[in-house]
Amino acid sequence: MFTIDQLSLQLPMYASWWKREWATCLNDVSLTFATGEVHALVGASGAGKSLLAYAMMGLLPAQARLQGQLYYQGTLLDASRQRRLRGRELALIPQSLSALDPLVRTQRQVAWAAQRAGHATESAWRASQQALDHYQLNARAQQAYAHELSGGMARRVLTAMAHVSQARLVIADEPTVGLDPHQRQRVLTALRELADQGKTVVLITHDLRHALPIADQVTILRDGKSIETAPACAFQGAGTSLSSTYSQALWRALPDNGFTVSMAQPVDKETVVA
Amino acid sequence: MPRIAMRLGRLALVLLCVALVSFGLMMLSPIDPVDAYLGPQVAQVSPEQRALIAERWGFDAPPAVQFGHWLRQLASGDLGWSHVYNQPVSEVIGQRFQRSIVLLASAWLVSALLGFALGVMAGAKEGSPLDKMISTYAYLTASTPAFWLAMLAVLLFSVTLGWAPTCCAGPAGVLDQDVTLTTRLHHLVLPVATLALLGIANITLHTRTRMLALMRSDIAIHAFAQGAGRFDVAWRHGLRHASLPAVTLAFASLGELFGGSILIEQVFAYPGLGQATVAAGLRSDIPLLLGIALFTALFVSIGNLVADTLYGVIDPRLTTGGS
Amino acid sequence: MITPQPRLRAMLSLSITAVFIGGLIASQWLLTDSVQRMQFGARLAPPSLEHWLGTDALGRELWARTLAGLALSFWVGCLAALLSTLIALSLAALATLSARLDALVSLLIDTLLSVPHLILLMLIAFALGGGTQAVIIAVAVTHWPSLARVLRAELWQLRQAPYVHISRALGKSRWFVLHGHLLPHLLPHCLVGALLLFPHAILHEAALTFLGFGLSPSQPAIGVLLAEAMRYLNGGYWWLGVFPGLGLLLMVLMFERLSSQLRRAL
Repeated sequence: MFTIDQLSLQLPMYASWWKREWATCLNDVSLTFATGEVHALVGASGAGKSLLAYAMMGLLPAQARLQGQLYYQGTLLDASRQRRLRGRELALIPQSLSALDPLVRTQRQVAWAAQRAGHATESAWRASQQALDHYQLNARAQQAYAHELSGGMARRVLTAMAHVSQARLVIADEPTVGLDPHQRQRVLTALRELADQGKTVVLITHDLRHALPIADQVTILRDGKSIETAPACAFQGAGTSLSSTYSQALWRALPDNGFTVSMAQPVDKETVVA
Repeated sequence: MPRIAMRLGRLALVLLCVALVSFGLMMLSPIDPVDAYLGPQVAQVSPEQRALIAERWGFDAPPAVQFGHWLRQLASGDLGWSHVYNQPVSEVIGQRFQRSIVLLASAWLVSALLGFALGVMAGAKEGSPLDKMISTYAYLTASTPAFWLAMLAVLLFSVTLGWAPTCCAGPAGVLDQDVTLTTRLHHLVLPVATLALLGIANITLHTRTRMLALMRSDIAIHAFAQGAGRFDVAWRHGLRHASLPAVTLAFASLGELFGGSILIEQVFAYPGLGQATVAAGLRSDIPLLLGIALFTALFVSIGNLVADTLYGVIDPRLTTGGS
Repeated sequence: MITPQPRLRAMLSLSITAVFIGGLIASQWLLTDSVQRMQFGARLAPPSLEHWLGTDALGRELWARTLAGLALSFWVGCLAALLSTLIALSLAALATLSARLDALVSLLIDTLLSVPHLILLMLIAFALGGGTQAVIIAVAVTHWPSLARVLRAELWQLRQAPYVHISRALGKSRWFVLHGHLLPHLLPHCLVGALLLFPHAILHEAALTFLGFGLSPSQPAIGVLLAEAMRYLNGGYWWLGVFPGLGLLLMVLMFERLSSQLRRAL
């Protein structure tokens, strides 16, 4: 339902005092996300996961150079269509908790998200109430400001804001960062539920372990390139059904698989430890 | 409550320091206090009489004794005698401030409201033609000498076009109580406009910076991801984030406003507190100068106090975080 | 789209300002007498090819007097900004020595900030009895508090920094810590602070002299020129009021631009 076709992204950077160079952040990435599945994008920081999400939403800075095409439900997705579909068909659960406005009460923010998705003022308020109830945020949390919420609650508020839009494609950017195992499980379950309702969930994470239990498909990204896409069930045993050595290394380096990092290809430290 | 009490205590301490510093400066002055007291009648006074005056007013006592004497007078509400206006200092300040407060308050209100609106409009879209126009205007007025702008206004509107009077709070030769309200307002328009024009720049630039930061923040990107447009983000998030600093700045910049009013009253010959300050300084009216210094310090400190307190009351991060 | 480099831009405005200031100072060497030379045949002459910016009531060339005023403003501004920064730096350093001194310094800062700048300027100019020196000192003494506040906060933060602790623990001298760790951090702040102070200092100097404090009426400062122009305003002698102020505005704008671009580039 969403196809990325040979997407490349370059961002400007200053190499020296007055020389501007283009850093390639995404290099010829092609991916397909199917309806009703959780598709995990796994990679170390700097692999281009978040940038891919921004490119899909059309939120990249103006000076970015983008090549390649995006298709949403078979039709070309250009900047103007992205603008129309943002918040209605495409939703983003941002990585940082600072995306919540510290000066606005929780429920009002969710209601704004509903209004932006096309609800009228009254129904937006009702929809926000339902969404917050759905994610077990009580009346106190609904009337709270962002700084009064715990990390897990704030994550659930962000999820509720994506949920209330009734979007068919939800991109969750590192939704489990900084959460304890119990809270993490809750957030991941909520994402799985969304997929089971027939939505498409793109789960961006640096931690393969957390993605595997709920993911249908896993794509490994490295240095702006997609290394391979495999069904989640391919990650088992010695990982021999994985085609690339990097994915195999990543899989074997997990704690349960004995931390074997003795592969020919070096593995980014962060990916393994986290 | 204890927070407020502490702030009030601090205010009193600062005012005492202002009294000490300004009194010390007056003591440093090479101008002989007896000469200053006598003004133009110096020539008619014999040395014996001078000594008598010095003794009578305590000019020959050590500075610390004089300061104590002055403080005791202050505590009893006596600010001293102004020889320039031949009136008690408190009366001079009272009368003059009544005229100045109209000028100050209207200029303050106009500059705060207009400055905030312009800042929000400019900051909502960085680099747009509107933003460029507004920021150019703000940078330009921020670098303009206040009195020069007032002179240009007089030159253009009063001398060339003849739309507004060049001077004073009312027509010459008419008694103060006979001046009608419309005439009064007519005389106020140009000074208020110049003073406001200058005050706008500060608040506009500050608000614009806040808005720019907000439009690049995670909050704005998240809102854009929800399908919000620039206007939506500026209206819902921007106003909240920019208004608090703007209000604080408006209260904290009362000192600058007053400084501007001194210059503008001088150019328009508007008989307010600012003009009295200049007269007191130029004609060595020490009690009046001290009185005005203390009074304006009180005025500015209260503004700062309000700014600090408002922040604590309005910002949810401070109100709930503290309790 | 070409995004201009902030550092290139800063260099450009630095050189423009330098050329302007160089020209200003050189002009004062070359034009020693035309500032005060009176031409009784051309009193209050409007701007023309012969009298570029017109002449004043005594037939003195306005352009020469404006240049002289700008040069005076520049020197006053420079010295006042330098002095102000020194005061701010030394008081901020003093404040870090002990809690008691810190309280005293912050009380002093609050005191000076609570009196409107212009009134404080008048008080100081009054106390010192006028003259160029008095104006410089008055401007310097009124403008240091805001910079001192920034420096004080910065110093407090630096003192808590681990590398300063380690350096102390390793037995380095106070002088080494100050010289090796603290000053490199503070100098950019001081530079930017002084540059920010400069336009304020010039504007306040002009305001003070305009009101008649400090300088004698014979000195061609911008404030004095404009105060003189006030008397001829109703007669329609607009050039007397317009050009000196315009010169001042241009100079202030130039320094504002320079300081904002340097801040961006550093």
